[in-house]
Amino acid sequence: MALLEIDKLSLAFGGLRAISELDIEVNENEIVSVIGPNGAGKSSVFNVISGIYKPSSGDIRLGGESIVGRKPYRIARLGIARTFQSLRLFQNMTVKENVKTATYGNTKASPPESILRLPRARREEREVDAVATEVLSFFGERLAGYRWDQPAYSLSYANRRRLEIARALATRPRLLMLDEPAAGMNPNETLEIAELIGRLRDELSLAILVIEHDMHVVEGISDRVVALDHGVKITEGSFEAVATHPAVVEAYLGRDPEALAEA
Amino acid sequence: MSVSVKRDQPDAEDNAAKREQTDGEGGATVEDPGAQRGSIGVDSWVAQSGERRDEGAGWRRVLAAAEARLGWWPRLALVAIAGLIFAQLSTNVNIQTVAFNSLLYALLAMGLNIAVGWSGLLDLGYIASFGFGAYGYAIFSSTALGTDGSGGSHLPAIESILIVVAAAGVVGAVLGLIALRVSGDYFAIVTLFVGQAFFEVANNVDPGTFGGVNGLFGLDPLHSFGVTVTTPLGYYYVALGMCVIVAAGLHLLDTSRTGRAWRALNDDELAAQAMTLSVNKLKVMAYAFATMIGALAGTLFAAQQDNVFPTNFTANILILIYACLVLGGVGSIAGAILGGLVVTVAENMLGSPTDAAYLFYGLIIIALIAKVRPWRRLGWVVAGVIGFGYAMHAIVGAIVPSATAGHPGSPGWIGSALKGYVIVPSNPQNFGNALYLALIVGLVAIVRLRGIKQLIAVIITIYVAACCWEGRLIVNPAITTQIMLGAILIVTMAARPYGLLGKHRVETV
Repeated sequence: MALLEIDKLSLAFGGLRAISELDIEVNENEIVSVIGPNGAGKSSVFNVISGIYKPSSGDIRLGGESIVGRKPYRIARLGIARTFQSLRLFQNMTVKENVKTATYGNTKASPPESILRLPRARREEREVDAVATEVLSFFGERLAGYRWDQPAYSLSYANRRRLEIARALATRPRLLMLDEPAAGMNPNETLEIAELIGRLRDELSLAILVIEHDMHVVEGISDRVVALDHGVKITEGSFEAVATHPAVVEAYLGRDPEALAEA
Repeated sequence: MSVSVKRDQPDAEDNAAKREQTDGEGGATVEDPGAQRGSIGVDSWVAQSGERRDEGAGWRRVLAAAEARLGWWPRLALVAIAGLIFAQLSTNVNIQTVAFNSLLYALLAMGLNIAVGWSGLLDLGYIASFGFGAYGYAIFSSTALGTDGSGGSHLPAIESILIVVAAAGVVGAVLGLIALRVSGDYFAIVTLFVGQAFFEVANNVDPGTFGGVNGLFGLDPLHSFGVTVTTPLGYYYVALGMCVIVAAGLHLLDTSRTGRAWRALNDDELAAQAMTLSVNKLKVMAYAFATMIGALAGTLFAAQQDNVFPTNFTANILILIYACLVLGGVGSIAGAILGGLVVTVAENMLGSPTDAAYLFYGLIIIALIAKVRPWRRLGWVVAGVIGFGYAMHAIVGAIVPSATAGHPGSPGWIGSALKGYVIVPSNPQNFGNALYLALIVGLVAIVRLRGIKQLIAVIITIYVAACCWEGRLIVNPAITTQIMLGAILIVTMAARPYGLLGKHRVETV
């Protein structure tokens, strides 16, 4: 059984069908890329999975358990973490605080316990600190120690993207959803982020669902690729198969008028 | 030809590197290119540019370095010790009362900060929690629960305070649950209604118990463990203790998972949800905590005043609390305390004509010293202000003798010193109003003009301000207090947009 099963999922805004009858599966230890032209419904899929939108019909199961209708924070606590296409960091908090905040769902100390620094609060705070250190060191010198006490807004664009991934990791997810992790990065940084995504799967045994426009990244990291257009799955399979599929080429480039005329 | 080769090269390299990378198992195990390592040094140089810029010269640098070394707890200890030293030195009962009030406002601002500063809940009904605490204490510490003006519960202070604060937490949570069904500006409007509702309840419901317009009076002073607090200095000590305990508690909360979560949902609610934060529960918690601290301040206020009236809990007081928080720096505990101190002391000084004059002229002088550089130019401006004033006085006096017949409004030596300087007619009312308008025009001119024109505008405006102050403003202290407080707030916020101790913030859109 796959870790994440999306089953005949549909989402409509009024009369507009953003997603129709979509099936996607993500297995443990697998990187699945979702590609498609702008407006294909990729980000909507993420928003439905993370509970921000409610689907019109269909089911989403994590480890066999349906998560449809649950609040976003419940879904996050069940083990689905995500990043956002338009960065959504806690800008006025420090780098380390951003990561620590995401451990909220895994800690329990009540405000009185925290104020009095009772044993449970102290123990949890030590654990949270360890998690933050561990997660941040995943990014090596990019998010090196001297940055940890700087506010998030002072980071460079690429580092903000990295911090968003770090923050998502701190929730201890089973499934990580990355919405255009390489957007706005230069070629070197893009390469680095692709390498990082691979390490996340291999070292943390994560299932990863990625939306990405950079086909180099998609080619480099994907175990499987799902192509969407107008909210419908056009095809699915290895990168080579999907990239050369006529329907995908058509969705991206349109039909060749000469070829059409000949046909 | 060569151009196209050059352009193609990076692409070719990129593809090669890409292929190399994808050759690894699963496609992502190759080390990143060494070229990046070199850029990291540059990165940190950029990151530290802010620190380098902040390093001033001389004493500023020393002060900044000392401040950076001092942790949060030593700072709190220093403030507490300063508070104790003040108590030892002060003998004036009025000053002790002002000191008590500033701690009371500091306490209120700290509570408001939980909702407004940390969680981003614009709570316009905060005054109700203050009133709830005060009336709660009053009911348990007077004849309100007795019959025909005798009896009543007269609980020891420690018990009534605990009961009232706990009840405030419950009421806050319930109101929060209702009010937080709406968010943003709508939440602010609903809480505005809560504040008004409290006033109406205190004013009109069950005058037998709540006292109606006449309020509740003859309250017991704070008494517990065989100690009764009766003197202003005693209440000052209690307020100081409460402030230190609340500040310490809030700091511990701020650095815990709850504090982080509150600040996170202020920054980005959607991201907070996606990061396992139960947003609604956290908001209700923040609202309840703010209510509890407001109520705690209320109990102290009622005990010290020994009476409570509905008019103690109007929007005016709410605005003052907001002024404390905004002036000190939204989101900062230290800022809330400093704001409480500055606003209360300023408000009090403005109430007395002599102190108000000191404050008014003192601020002008400080602003000149701070803003006019270099010293030579400052000298010219001061000389200009003095010369322009005496010249105007002489000219106007020669043409219309009655125009300089009045006496400056400031009492004591300031008034005497300015006798031959400012133009004050025998009936300054209309003339003063006209000057007030001229003053506003002058301030706009200072902001808009540059260079020598600006300096001339500064000279004229200061003189107009002095005339207006002596002829009109100081005669109506009640109104002047509000105007001056507003002016101080505007000027401070213009100089420090994030408050005296606030940190730079960016807003997420």
